[in-house]
Amino acid sequence: MMHFNKSIKAVLFMSMAVLLAPQSWAQFQGDSDAPAVSGNVGILWQSYSEDSLIGAVVPPAKSGYNAFANVNYSQGNFSAGIRYESYLNAIIGFPGRFNGSGLGYRFARYNDPEKGIDITIGNFYDQFGNGLVLRSYELRDLGIDNALDGFRLVLKPTSGVQLKLIYGKQRLDFQDGLINGPGIIRAADAEFDVNALVDKWEDKATKVTLSGSFVSKFQEGSPFSVDSLLLAMPENVAAWSGRLKAIRKKWSLDVEYAGKVNDPNADNGFTFRKGEAFMATLAYSQKGFGALVSAKMVDNMSFRSDRDLQLFDVPINFIPAITQQHTYNLAGTLYPYATVIAGETSASADLFYTIPKGSTLGGKYGTKLAVGFAAANSLDTTPYPEDEQASAVLGFERQSWGPGDELYVRDFNISASRKLNKKWKAKYTYFHFDFNTLTTPVTTDYKGIVNADIHVLETQVKVKPKQSLRTEIQGLWVGQDDNNPDLLQDKGHWATFLAEYTWSPHWSVSLLDQYNYGNNVQANRIHHVFGTVSYVDGPHRLSVGYGKRREGIFCIGGVCRATPASNGFEINFSSRF
Amino acid sequence: MTHFPPPLHPTKSFVHVVLLVLANSFVTQGWSQNLQDLALKDMEGNAVQTLDLIQQDGPTVFCFWATWCSPCKRELNNYAELYDDWVDETGVKIVAVSVDDQRSVNRVAPYVNSVGWDYDILLDPNREFARAMNVNNVPHTFVVDRDGKVVWSHNNYADGDEYELEEELLKLSE
Repeated sequence: MMHFNKSIKAVLFMSMAVLLAPQSWAQFQGDSDAPAVSGNVGILWQSYSEDSLIGAVVPPAKSGYNAFANVNYSQGNFSAGIRYESYLNAIIGFPGRFNGSGLGYRFARYNDPEKGIDITIGNFYDQFGNGLVLRSYELRDLGIDNALDGFRLVLKPTSGVQLKLIYGKQRLDFQDGLINGPGIIRAADAEFDVNALVDKWEDKATKVTLSGSFVSKFQEGSPFSVDSLLLAMPENVAAWSGRLKAIRKKWSLDVEYAGKVNDPNADNGFTFRKGEAFMATLAYSQKGFGALVSAKMVDNMSFRSDRDLQLFDVPINFIPAITQQHTYNLAGTLYPYATVIAGETSASADLFYTIPKGSTLGGKYGTKLAVGFAAANSLDTTPYPEDEQASAVLGFERQSWGPGDELYVRDFNISASRKLNKKWKAKYTYFHFDFNTLTTPVTTDYKGIVNADIHVLETQVKVKPKQSLRTEIQGLWVGQDDNNPDLLQDKGHWATFLAEYTWSPHWSVSLLDQYNYGNNVQANRIHHVFGTVSYVDGPHRLSVGYGKRREGIFCIGGVCRATPASNGFEINFSSRF
Repeated sequence: MTHFPPPLHPTKSFVHVVLLVLANSFVTQGWSQNLQDLALKDMEGNAVQTLDLIQQDGPTVFCFWATWCSPCKRELNNYAELYDDWVDETGVKIVAVSVDDQRSVNRVAPYVNSVGWDYDILLDPNREFARAMNVNNVPHTFVVDRDGKVVWSHNNYADGDEYELEEELLKLSE
């Protein structure tokens, strides 16, 4: 109960400040800074039925209920807000330990853009550069939230300079209220706009931003023994990064280098190896055409405010996956890639081109093309062969920044979309994945490289000006099992069919069928059918769904979480006010 | 014997204070949302204050989208076909706010240029602006008047929604 009372007190304090605000602050603000209350609500309810065919089990509470509401108050430069959350009990697929109702987030903020000062107390989210040393963020639909809780100061002392200072702990859990992890984070970031600061550069066509970050974590620790050595646990762990962003006309370059001191943790097997990361992206674009290439090397950069935790718990930094986030059902949920946290070397290239309208290939309205390729391999490493003790303490030695021998993923995709006439639109996409299920364990049915080809045909027809029907026909074909040529890899072939009928601006109905028609096991050749009806009125949306959800990986915006199979009703309400 | 007042019950007093705050602001202005003033980067790396994008001679539309969000791209591609007419008829300006995080934010400029959108583009990689505007999910579209007040908004996109938006824009430009 301690934390709950504490958060109540904090909110009481802030609410008092808010209550006083109209009287005391109004004199500094114009009349246009009238107080305003806004917020949003999200409710998800699911019922569960047993379905031994797909492996769906019924939890003791027989249903799940997740809800949240943000209420924010703002007046002039001042704002304050709370988020009330409920997990009664948490929906299957969410962190199961989330339980109860209470405040999960509360803050008060004073932000004066003219004076260049921005102060937050309580909870906040922030990101330094690409996030390689610090990113706190939330993905509510996945239950991912590593909000900082403490103090943040952002200063813009002069044009072209931004300084950030952060002190805080991180959200770890929810038990009738927010529970933070044990580590303390102290962080600073400085960003310099060279064109604004250097007179000679003021009118240059090249725009350059330089920035740097320093993050330090403190967590108590006890000495531990490795291979008969007694080693002190580093309690203070520092990480830093330097960044360059340059833009010149149609070109842009983004480079970041980050390092971290020794940080024995559960992700690196409690070894003392230092961390290092490098990423660079070069992009070119003009009307009708865009291209980019990226390279990334990440070595031992797992950084958490609790060294004993893994997966989604209290990460201080964020290491994005090199592959694209695919949205088609079969391409997005069966073999989604996430960065291998121990380390990887990866690269990607993307191309976008619109074939002009009126040309033979472009047709009357033009044709949009997109091609993407991404690959990730292990690091180029060797163990310390002559010295077992060094291997036990330091893990491995890296020979270069290049790729090692083990393939983690290869992802090639190409799509073409075109408006055919006033009524019809069509889009075809092809994907090829070579996916290592040993290093990214998305399935328990197959250990090795899965080779998958996916074809998707999407069509849309405007039935009436405000009514349209959209369909997706998808097929996924896998290769033969390496150990048994009579069998197919993993779960075999899949087909998905989706139809969605919309009546603008309120109604839509959709039906999704995922059919595992090529499973090696006859009994597992199952249809997973899910139907949804939804109603939208401005910012309010209600949807009701019923059917079977396959066990699999649910991804949003680049982060994925494994969800077990389920069968039942689902009601989803979302609103903004 | 002196009687002390009973100790303040934290939950009750909390509810009491929140109700007071809400009542206070409801009397002053009511439930409403204004465009929040935050500094975001555009595709050229310039820092832009969101309030500075509000037009005085026409409505401003803020569309939250992402390169991985198919309905978002359908919405903005469909608006693009009508955009020149809308600008002529209503003086509207569309600002497309990308919530792509670090995994895909570098794809925003090449994608936008390849499809030829004429919108102002803002990057919101950690969803600071989206959060301040209470956006639960994308696509989410706001129409903002010259005072920065949200006068219309829509969550999700279905083909045909552009007609409702068009009506709203025409109303505002009258």
